[in-house]
Amino acid sequence: MQKKHKSSIIERKKEVLSGLENLGAKIYNQLDSGYFPSVEMPSRSTENIHYDPQLRQFILGDRRVRRSARNIRHVKPFTQLTWTAEFSHELTSQRKTSTLRDVYYSAQAYEMTFKDQQESNNIVTDLETVLGLSREDFNIFPEERSAVFGDLTIEYTVPGYEGRTMNLTSHPDGVLIGPALTSSEFVKTTADKVIAIEKGGLFTRFIEENVHKKFNALLVLTAGQAPRATRHFIRRLNGELNLPVYIFTDGDPWGMHIAMVIISGSANAAHLRELNTPDAKWSGVWATDIVNYKLPTDPLDEVDMKRLSELQRDPRYKDPLWQREIKTFVKIRKKAEQEAFSRYGLTYIVDEYLPAKLEETK
Amino acid sequence: MAQTTFEEISASDFFYRNRDIAGFTSPSRAIFAAARELVENSLDAAESLKIPPDIYVRLSYEGEASKEAQIYRLRVEDNGIGVPPRHIPSAFGQVLFGSKYKLKQQRGTFGLGGKMAILYGQITTHQPACIFSSVGVGKIYMYKLMIDIQRNRPLILDRKVLINKEQWRGTIVEFCLEGDYFRAMPKILEYFKQTAMMNPYANLTFVDPKGRFYRFTRITKEMPEPPKETKPHPYGVDVELLQRLVQITPYKNMLEFLRRHFHRVGEVTAQKFLIFSGLITASCPEHGALSPDYINWVEGRPTCSRCGKEAKLSSSKNPKRLSHEEIVRLMHMLKRFKEFLPPDASCLSPLGEDLLKAGTMKELKPEFVAVHQRKPATYAGHPFIIEGGIAYGGEIPKQGKFLIYRFANRIPLLYDEASDVSVKVVDSMNWRRYKITPDMPIAILVHVCSTKIPYKTVGKEFIADRPEVRREIANGLREVARQLQHFLTRREHVDRERKRLSVFSKYLPKIAQFSTELAGKEKLPDIEKLLKSVRKFGAEET
Repeated sequence: MQKKHKSSIIERKKEVLSGLENLGAKIYNQLDSGYFPSVEMPSRSTENIHYDPQLRQFILGDRRVRRSARNIRHVKPFTQLTWTAEFSHELTSQRKTSTLRDVYYSAQAYEMTFKDQQESNNIVTDLETVLGLSREDFNIFPEERSAVFGDLTIEYTVPGYEGRTMNLTSHPDGVLIGPALTSSEFVKTTADKVIAIEKGGLFTRFIEENVHKKFNALLVLTAGQAPRATRHFIRRLNGELNLPVYIFTDGDPWGMHIAMVIISGSANAAHLRELNTPDAKWSGVWATDIVNYKLPTDPLDEVDMKRLSELQRDPRYKDPLWQREIKTFVKIRKKAEQEAFSRYGLTYIVDEYLPAKLEETK
Repeated sequence: MAQTTFEEISASDFFYRNRDIAGFTSPSRAIFAAARELVENSLDAAESLKIPPDIYVRLSYEGEASKEAQIYRLRVEDNGIGVPPRHIPSAFGQVLFGSKYKLKQQRGTFGLGGKMAILYGQITTHQPACIFSSVGVGKIYMYKLMIDIQRNRPLILDRKVLINKEQWRGTIVEFCLEGDYFRAMPKILEYFKQTAMMNPYANLTFVDPKGRFYRFTRITKEMPEPPKETKPHPYGVDVELLQRLVQITPYKNMLEFLRRHFHRVGEVTAQKFLIFSGLITASCPEHGALSPDYINWVEGRPTCSRCGKEAKLSSSKNPKRLSHEEIVRLMHMLKRFKEFLPPDASCLSPLGEDLLKAGTMKELKPEFVAVHQRKPATYAGHPFIIEGGIAYGGEIPKQGKFLIYRFANRIPLLYDEASDVSVKVVDSMNWRRYKITPDMPIAILVHVCSTKIPYKTVGKEFIADRPEVRREIANGLREVARQLQHFLTRREHVDRERKRLSVFSKYLPKIAQFSTELAGKEKLPDIEKLLKSVRKFGAEET
């Protein structure tokens, strides 16, 4: 395959830096001309979050809020916002990374201690909203826990590794999807699909069973709800490499929703774009699979049932396939984990179930 | 057959038998009451000369009397007016003899307190009292005396005349009594503190039986205007008083009688009253006898309301000829007549707002004091003035309820707080209206001055709930509560502004710094203008 515009990562960093600098200049100029600085951003209140069927994700509506340093209640958060922007700018320009926890502690050196982690997280989200960029763009990462494995060669852009390449089959446990990986360029791949897996156990089984070779696939471990960096990474695999994405989760409302967030994004990230992969497919475990494959099950409890009725009303679940599966869950009142296939032998899932489902959801 | 014997007892004997009605109920109450009565006499003695009082009190331990009581020697010295030598024996050795049976505000009113203390000392220790006194010119007279209880007469045991080289003036009283100082101590110390508060122009010194020295120093030599002696007000008289006045009056007609013997009664008022009560009649040359409704008073002259001619007044009786029935009727008419002016307050001597404030500041050391003096009012013909105060913060403790300081004619009232009218007023007031709550550090002061304080007991411990007095106290406290509320609101506002300003002056420079770095500028933006506008902006918000 062709190397896709190599500079996409570099370009993006430039965009981020200039976005932050423009924010700084705006505040500076307001101050310098004797005005209380203020910034405007879309409101993130529930009433302003809408589902956009075209983008197939949640977006923020037209309501905007204004944070002004004139307001006694806003002046501290405003200072924190300015500081966070400056902190992010420093991180990005020095190509260093940080975590939300780091942000919380670093602020203490500037005598504007955040009340708690939540307060500092909110400010980071504010900055995301103001700039329309996600925090990973300005090098603030969550803790890493998801991984990727398969024949994809990447080229690092992180300091000290610039230009170095690596093939993602080089480590049998998979490679952590962290700042270094998400900032890498894709060089080449032989894979023709991506398989995302909810649980670490199955991810390891797939590697052991050579699923990547047998199915010519890149394997991604989401480790539960996929972190935003991972969602963005999957989107890049889909968009830049044109690889179809298949998602395998547990057969319960929670697994179903892990797939949905990869496909349509979350309400919490409604202020951000390019985290979702609208064309990704949820391939299983479906409620109908539980019936068809006669899987061992657990009963759905009250919380599960409540979650199902929430999902039933969720605009992201309008599609007939999803509605059918929700109804089936409600009907059978049962759930099954991915590991349930082991009742038919350890390789059954790879030999029988996987090919069938890939074909079915193609 | 049983025989009933009738005997007369003397005033001394009466109080000997009923000493608890004067406050001498227990060894601890007795020692408190004795010290207090003498201090009050001393204060009065100095004030009547308009000199700032210097009072020295010493209690010394003399020995054990019983398990609960010890014998103490009490000595009180003052720089007051002094007692003329011929009056010393009676002034200290005869109950109900004294200089205080006059209609003006005084601390003591019964001429009883000091002698009661000496009497109590005598019956508990059988020792004579020793009095030194000088009026400043001439000699110092010393009397050693006891009270002949059955005859209510002083028994002089010894008498000395000393040379007064230094022109000393004042009185020293020293005698022994039984008491329980250690139980009385908190009240005695509280008494001195509150007396100092109400008499900021007095120096008080107290040496207790352990030799501990307490001194309350004056902060001013300003003293309140002394009270003037006054005549009885018509609303406050009774038949007995009328009868006495009739006996002694030199005046031959009712008009002069009323004018000369009563408070706030002038010629016109007297005429109006006499017509009202039917003691004289008014008649018009054209229309004959006029009832009060047909009289117009023009420049103090009665005129006929129909023709405007001046009415002729009949002459009145000689007061000496009034029959007993007529005197009773006169008393009723006096009470019913609505046009007497209320008593004026020249017979009263309130402390005054400045002194009250100074005294409170001195003894309570609060952050804020508001005081208010009400206009004179009357109850049952007795004039009175209420002074109210409220003190907040500083050294006043927070204790979940208001501290209440009660005073009557500048005497602190320390016992029976719950029964006092002031406490009732404080309890029934809606303090929340003034944004005041009992968990704030607050002291409330109520001072009642009157020619006749409506005490409930001879022990002078608490003031009865008279509606007129109650209303005045409530109005006085409302006024000072408003002032405190104003102070608190203002302070809160200032605090809020200060906080506000500090928030802006903390964060704006930071915003400036961060945005300068972020924008890659060299020089910080000028935020002085903004900070200034915060100040102005804040002021507008009041």
